[in-house]
Amino acid sequence: MVELVVFALMGAGTLAGAVTVVLARNPVRSALGLLGALVSLAVIYVVNLAHLVAAVQVVVYAGAVLTLFLFVIMFIGVDRSEDTSETIPLQRKLVAGLATVVALGAAVLVSRGRFSWTPASGEAAEIPNGTVQALGGELFTTWVLGVEVTALLLTIAAVGAIALAFHRRSAETPTED
Amino acid sequence: MPVVTPGWYMTLAAVLFVLGMTGVLIRRNALVMFMCVELMLNAVNLTFVAAGRAAGVLDGQVAVFFVLVVAAAEVVVGLAIIVAIFRRRETASVDELAALRG
Repeated sequence: MVELVVFALMGAGTLAGAVTVVLARNPVRSALGLLGALVSLAVIYVVNLAHLVAAVQVVVYAGAVLTLFLFVIMFIGVDRSEDTSETIPLQRKLVAGLATVVALGAAVLVSRGRFSWTPASGEAAEIPNGTVQALGGELFTTWVLGVEVTALLLTIAAVGAIALAFHRRSAETPTED
Repeated sequence: MPVVTPGWYMTLAAVLFVLGMTGVLIRRNALVMFMCVELMLNAVNLTFVAAGRAAGVLDGQVAVFFVLVVAAAEVVVGLAIIVAIFRRRETASVDELAALRG
């Protein structure tokens, strides 16, 4: 009962946010739509007992990533609205067709009802409780190699971003532009 | 009262993914395209959580963690590239970045 209500409300919130992201002319509205979608998804994670994932979703996505997006939007400037006329012929129609095909394929898969990864007994499996303790234990025992590779990836990303940010025009070759 | 099955979450995730895909294909502001990629990543995260719950294992939520980290790294580097391009070309529209066209 609770899950049904949460699914209906937050599912609608997620979709509304996603539609805003796609359709809004102003990038700031897109960012705020993304925020709505991310927070709604975090609530859906909570009903699925993915507590730590929900918290990280709000802190990392809605906090850090969204702030970064808004910062870059402010940096680039929002006053010039996007030209929405289409230069590639048939592109919109092809996109609509492709979206329909993907959606229909997903609908067919879902309407078959049973997935090969659900328990064969038909009984509902015990819901895994994604507490910090449970998820942390899993991450730092079974998946510890992945965590280490992740650390390397984050270091590379940070170094790359700093290198791009401090790239100076005077260091460029004079033949450009 | 209907019960929310994994299929419902899969449907929501599929719709979210299609919306993100549509956005990437029809928008030309590089920032908005990035946000649509985030939508697609979040759709996949939702399938991970729902599938892990249905299978009764924590692995789905562990996978979400790694997706989150990769998404964060991708956003950092991607936005740095967008800012670097903007400083030189004064535009964030992918239509005007056609220097590699053959």
